[in-house]
Amino acid sequence: MRAVVNQLPAEEQAQEAGNAPLAAEAPQAARIIKQLTGALRSGPVFVAFVILVIVVLSALAAPLLGTRDPVAIDPGSRLRGISPEHWLGTDAFGRDTYSRVVYGARVSLIVGAGATFLSIFLGLLFGVIAGYFRVADAIIMRVMDGVMAIPSILLAIALVSLTGGSILTVLVAITIPEVPRVVRLVRSVILSVRTEPYVEAAISLGTRVPTLLVRHMVPNTVAPLIVQGTYVFAAAILTEATLSFLGAGLPPEIPSWGNMMSEGRMYFQLLPGLILYPGIALAATLLSVNILGDVVRDVLDPKMAQKS
Amino acid sequence: MLAYIARRLLATIPVMVMVAVVVFAILRLTPGDPAAIIAGDDATAEQLEKIRQSMGLDMPIHLQLLQWISRLLQGDLGVSLLSGTPVLSMIGDRMGPSLALALGTIVVTVIIAIPLGVVAAWKRGKLLDRTIMTLSVLGFSVPVFVVGYLLIYYLSIQLGLFPVQGYRPLSEGFWPFAQRLVLPVLALSGVYVALIARITRSSIIEVMGEDFIRTARAKGATERIVLLRHALRNAAVPILTVIGIGIASLISGVVVTESVFNLPGLGRLVVEAVLARDYPVIQGLILLFSFVYILINLLVDVLYPVFDPRIRY
Repeated sequence: MRAVVNQLPAEEQAQEAGNAPLAAEAPQAARIIKQLTGALRSGPVFVAFVILVIVVLSALAAPLLGTRDPVAIDPGSRLRGISPEHWLGTDAFGRDTYSRVVYGARVSLIVGAGATFLSIFLGLLFGVIAGYFRVADAIIMRVMDGVMAIPSILLAIALVSLTGGSILTVLVAITIPEVPRVVRLVRSVILSVRTEPYVEAAISLGTRVPTLLVRHMVPNTVAPLIVQGTYVFAAAILTEATLSFLGAGLPPEIPSWGNMMSEGRMYFQLLPGLILYPGIALAATLLSVNILGDVVRDVLDPKMAQKS
Repeated sequence: MLAYIARRLLATIPVMVMVAVVVFAILRLTPGDPAAIIAGDDATAEQLEKIRQSMGLDMPIHLQLLQWISRLLQGDLGVSLLSGTPVLSMIGDRMGPSLALALGTIVVTVIIAIPLGVVAAWKRGKLLDRTIMTLSVLGFSVPVFVVGYLLIYYLSIQLGLFPVQGYRPLSEGFWPFAQRLVLPVLALSGVYVALIARITRSSIIEVMGEDFIRTARAKGATERIVLLRHALRNAAVPILTVIGIGIASLISGVVVTESVFNLPGLGRLVVEAVLARDYPVIQGLILLFSFVYILINLLVDVLYPVFDPRIRY
């Protein structure tokens, strides 16, 4: 949702990125890394970084963090409170809440990363085609307009309800609403670099279209796509949690934060932790991704950063 | 002006048609036979065939699309598979809570967010600005359903200030109606306030660099006059634009909020339809929400000259 603020001027932003020869600034990678590490000196950014590290470590090392089997059912210890045995209590099936929250990080990050790569891949593909081939442009962009006019949660809900909630279909359902913005971004970069002298030079030298696109034009999309990627990543995690919360997301046996919250609804008055613990984990993850995403944008796209 | 509105209305038609086509395609092009999904696992071949015929699935795909669109134009969204009620009348029955929630949220947002944005722009770079901006990132990041449950837990269950969940229509009295809307509106406003406060701040900061602001200052206008009369007025158009664009996330938010607070609105209807796989209802609601979104953005466009007389059509 935060993405909306940034996506408004996405085209403008892309043009700036295209006009400023970012590709030529590649040797400045050292500068970028310096600025990124420098940003950590700010309090909120540092906290965000620490949270993200904790989430990533939880996802990677979940079995080593004192967790139990997150899907093991134990009818003997249903709906328990906090105890030395169950650090955050248990749910209605006697499953260990702490373990499920830790494993939930894994699900969120996989879904977030998967949807990000998939939407960038599709967005790049259609964006380059639309930006370079005039005939395809009109058709692709009209379809994208149509997709963009459908509120993303509803589109995702419809896709999931039709295809059934397997991990793959949920991933696709989360990805599709994100694709149009990436397409617009890539397209506007391609359109703006097309008139650059070095591209015209390459064309007049007889460079073949695939080489032209891949070597001379697509590299200009990298910086704006990294910025966009952070937004998609946060949006995908949120959409998955929302879908699962509404009961139209991942299969219920998968320990995702959204699923936990969905199941916790019935016992909320008795054990609010069933909703609050995964909810806090989800909010903290989104907060850290959003803050770090802003940092990445500030560094890669200083002009845009001044505006907001 | 009228000509402009007419032109813009015409221009939204292709987008609406595209939305209809996309929604149609989602239903027809996804793997699996919709008739089989609708009929359920233990349907006989005869039942399947009957459903297929009633849905027009035995016709070529382009005819199906045409038929569907021509029915749409006649205001026919089909009937619910579950209850047999026309989708349109179901929408009418369930519109109240959603409308109340959405309107309440927009009003509350504008009242809170614009002053916050103005103050942040005024104190740019100072502690107050940084605090407001940090809170706005928080507003973006904490999902509506998490905020909702936190509010229910602390304000309703712990402190007993509000009813836990539920809805009373306005016809049963204003107080019971408003009391049950406070928390949903607050929960849903979070994201929206963050969004509008940010755009208010950044548009004002941008306007503050303009020549006429320097002129205003030079002729001795106080900072308050400069901010409110000169800067905010000129920042109105981007703010309005973002309010329009934000309607998409507001709609998604309404769906979620209604589930958290058990409000029997259109959002609950979507979720119920999804869980029951009631496709005509899902389709109809997605179309409705998308059209509302498109029309609100059209309205925003048409309103520009009201806020900025330099814009003329």
